[in-house]
Amino acid sequence: MVEFNLPANSKVKGGTTHKAEGAGGNTRNFQVYRYDPDSGENPRLDTFEVDMDDCGPMVLDALIKIKNEIDPTVTFRRSCREGICGSCAMNIDGTNTLACTKDCADVKGDVKIYPLPHLEVIKDLVGDLTNFYAQYASIKPWLVADSPAPPDGERLQSEEERKLIDGLYECILCACCSTSCPSYWWNSDRYLGPAVLLQAYRWLIDSRDDSQGERLDALEDPFRLYKCHTIMNCTNTCPKGLNPAKAIAEIKTMMVQRQV
Amino acid sequence: MTESLRTPLAKVRGLGSAKGGTQHFWLQRLTAIALIPLTVWFALSIASLASADQGAVQSWMQSPLSATLMISFLVAGFWHMKLGIQVVIEDYVHGEAAKITCLIANSLVSIFLGLAATLSVLKMLLGS
Repeated sequence: MVEFNLPANSKVKGGTTHKAEGAGGNTRNFQVYRYDPDSGENPRLDTFEVDMDDCGPMVLDALIKIKNEIDPTVTFRRSCREGICGSCAMNIDGTNTLACTKDCADVKGDVKIYPLPHLEVIKDLVGDLTNFYAQYASIKPWLVADSPAPPDGERLQSEEERKLIDGLYECILCACCSTSCPSYWWNSDRYLGPAVLLQAYRWLIDSRDDSQGERLDALEDPFRLYKCHTIMNCTNTCPKGLNPAKAIAEIKTMMVQRQV
Repeated sequence: MTESLRTPLAKVRGLGSAKGGTQHFWLQRLTAIALIPLTVWFALSIASLASADQGAVQSWMQSPLSATLMISFLVAGFWHMKLGIQVVIEDYVHGEAAKITCLIANSLVSIFLGLAATLSVLKMLLGS
């Protein structure tokens, strides 16, 4: 059943407050979720006061400043700091998004930062994405074609065929959408989730791939595909402005098309 | 029990694709579409019969058109209900034994209710 009683170490307790020494009037409070499963202690919400006159505009800038100058044990993933690697996906101000493209000025009041929802927390803001990546691997995210490539060049596609993967190839697999989906929360062991299904559709409609049927066969499942109930959380939260819900609906349409 | 050492990919692939699900999806939409006009018809009919006595209701139901529409409404409604509750059970009931029990109960209760409702209409249609 759905767990109404929280498992051990679920209650988030108040943590320590770190004041910004010698800062001017322009400070912001960042409330950061802290949890170390090895410690046996409950998670806590630490508050860091940050001098915004001496800090970049994005939430990731503030997190890096906190880690560099206040508490080096604050743990999070980051790499490109420009919204293309997907590493710094976290829950900021109640919404899954990328810390590097989230402007602090767009948040009212204190900035609350949690890890992506419903993942096992490895430490602080780092969630375990092992299952997510395995699901991605399971849809064979590569070209599967029996036809040999032309001997004198690459596999070609028309401009119209290329346009079909616009709005899909931009996905950076940050997992914001999948971890915003209640169906994925309850059934991520069997439901593939919006990110992986969007990627599945990206390969389904690639004109150079000739295994559409096998790809659809693998998705023809009450859980893998049909646990999507189209509540659109995925589309709402996508930091790249993509529409996973529409991609999933297109897959369902293909499923019906080959039967009627 | 110690933690499983199966690879993440093996866990995700699990027992493989069930090779089903589209039929359920399609029937849920089909019954939903059917229920739009049928529900309007049902509501208007019941409203127009609000002050009728038993004889008037019975003679209304003895029209083949009324009986056909009523049985269609009931079958589509209970079928749609069965499909919907099945999804709720799959979403929220996670113990394997509890899930199977709930799914069996859902199927049997839905069939029973649909059958009882249909036979009631037939009794009014065929009874004197």
